[in-house]
Amino acid sequence: MTVVLGIETSCDETGAGLVAEGRLLGDALSSSMSEHARFGGVVPEIAARAHLEAMLPVVREALTRASLDLSDVGAVAVTAGPGLSTAVQVGLASAKAFAFALDVPLYGVHHLAGHAAVDVLEHGPLPPRCVALVVSGGHTSLLLLGDLARDPIVHLGDTADDAAGEAFDKVARILGLPYPGGPSVDRAARDGDPRAIAFPRPLTRPSDPRYGFSFSGLKTAVARWVEARQGAGGDLPVADVAASFQEAVADTVTRKAVAACLDHGVDTLLVVGGVAANSRVRALAEERCAAAGIELRVPPMRLCTDNGAMIAAVGDLLVRAGAPASELRIPADPSAPLTGALLAGPWR
Amino acid sequence: MLLLALDTATATATVALHDGERVLASLRAADARKHAENLVPAVQAVLAETGRARRDVTAIAAGVGPGPFTGLRVGLVTALSLGMALGVDVHGVCSLDALAAEALATGAVAEGEEFVVATDARRREVHSARYGGSPLRRLTGPQVGPAADVERSGLRVVGSGVPLYPDALGPRPGRAEDSGPLDVDAAHLAAVAAAALRGEGGWQLLPPEPLYLRRPDAVEPGARKRVTA
Ligand SMILES: Nc1ncnc2c1ncn2[C@@H]1O[C@H](COP(=O)(O)OP(=O)(O)OP(=O)(O)O)[C@@H](O)[C@H]1O
Ligand SMILES: [Mg+2]
Repeated sequence: MTVVLGIETSCDETGAGLVAEGRLLGDALSSSMSEHARFGGVVPEIAARAHLEAMLPVVREALTRASLDLSDVGAVAVTAGPGLSTAVQVGLASAKAFAFALDVPLYGVHHLAGHAAVDVLEHGPLPPRCVALVVSGGHTSLLLLGDLARDPIVHLGDTADDAAGEAFDKVARILGLPYPGGPSVDRAARDGDPRAIAFPRPLTRPSDPRYGFSFSGLKTAVARWVEARQGAGGDLPVADVAASFQEAVADTVTRKAVAACLDHGVDTLLVVGGVAANSRVRALAEERCAAAGIELRVPPMRLCTDNGAMIAAVGDLLVRAGAPASELRIPADPSAPLTGALLAGPWR
Repeated sequence: MLLLALDTATATATVALHDGERVLASLRAADARKHAENLVPAVQAVLAETGRARRDVTAIAAGVGPGPFTGLRVGLVTALSLGMALGVDVHGVCSLDALAAEALATGAVAEGEEFVVATDARRREVHSARYGGSPLRRLTGPQVGPAADVERSGLRVVGSGVPLYPDALGPRPGRAEDSGPLDVDAAHLAAVAAAALRGEGGWQLLPPEPLYLRRPDAVEPGARKRVTA
């Protein structure tokens, strides 16, 4: 049995996790989120400074929680991209040093593969084929997954502009809700009427790309509605706007995801990434999957956003599949396309 | 003692091994500015060259800058992670101290001479510090600022700032002076750390944390732009 240490520093969370044979043994997380709040978004240099300070303490904490020693680690997996370059470099350099000092293999992995792999820790091995809906801060994609560790990942569709999480963050700003936007909109929406305002469902006409996404227009529609209401001197029904916007996103992404499953004869839908933490996305996905006879898998809330366990989870899949280790000189790739679990792509 | 020294504060990643008495091996990566790619392979290479195993390392010294932030962090997190995995102490050394030690060791400056080290800080600024005394030690700095603001007081300047800002930092009138060492060589950083660990010389070890000298660039957003006129 190989214990995999996973390291994640692609954005504002410094994460470390320990996984063996699909089981989470322990993990730890440190976030610089509050330091970015007054800037309304992640400041790369602030995030990177925080990663350096948190890196070793987070690894130590994960080991303590797992009751393991660094010498028990048999492989190191790390996010090598995509992400903020200066942030990714901290975790990647640390992972290389650990792998070298411990004389164990290094796996430079794709961050989004980690978002998908993390579900294994809660719900067991993935089926031979499934559709994954990735809805995160930087990405929105519908993927056809085979063996996540070794097969090429097929992109059924991606967003043409903003990611779903980005839309949540921008709408939160429009509504004057606190950073980070996703959870704020989710909270505000609880007291609102999702049918109050009919915001557009982007790219859902028959002539549109069936699995394509676009959220920039939806965000602009919200801004227009808000400005018109404010211009007319009316009170802003924040809860209704939040609920109606959230409904538009949840409706669009779940409708397309279920269609992708049915079209491809796939009976499992995996919903992952930070926006998978959204209460309405979860509820609507459950409802629609149940109606279509599709098994829905969504990781527990705390594992939806960035963490070290998800990188350890994908590393564990790679180790067990016998994947080739990465070289100690692999560079960070801030805009790496998702082609496989290894950043270098699929292998055979 | 087997001291592993590394530095990423200047253009090339550099690594050396020191046994407490002398430098056993040192290496400067061929391609500049790729610290993240070159550093661990360089550590691997110096160990292989000297026939030592990673477990033989008894202490680590890392350059703490000042220098470009991304590179500094790569060097320091590498040193700290190696230190944790190998169970050895990690010490910081001001990277400009290594350049000063090299300037003296290579005869660019004379024993007891006071001089300034100035390196490229980008954004039309330099990192600088003043050195002197016997044994050699840092007298003031490091600090960051425009080359024209460096108080050289008629002293010799060495480092990558010299060719970049010849008007402010170039040779003194009537003297045939070159710029001395431009980029840090871990062999000299190792010598500085080894002397400090022996309690000899004028050098001081620092905590293994970056000398950023500048705050992060970040501006608070203004009011949101309207989408309707
Ligand atoms: N409850 C929620 N409802 C809606 N959005 C949410 C919720 N919780 C988090 N988010 C959003 O999820 C995003 C963060 O997710 P994640 O950590 O996966 O993204 P990221 O790592 O920044 O981007 P990527 O994974 O694409 O590189 C943010 O945009 C955040 O607003
Ligand atoms: Mg993420």
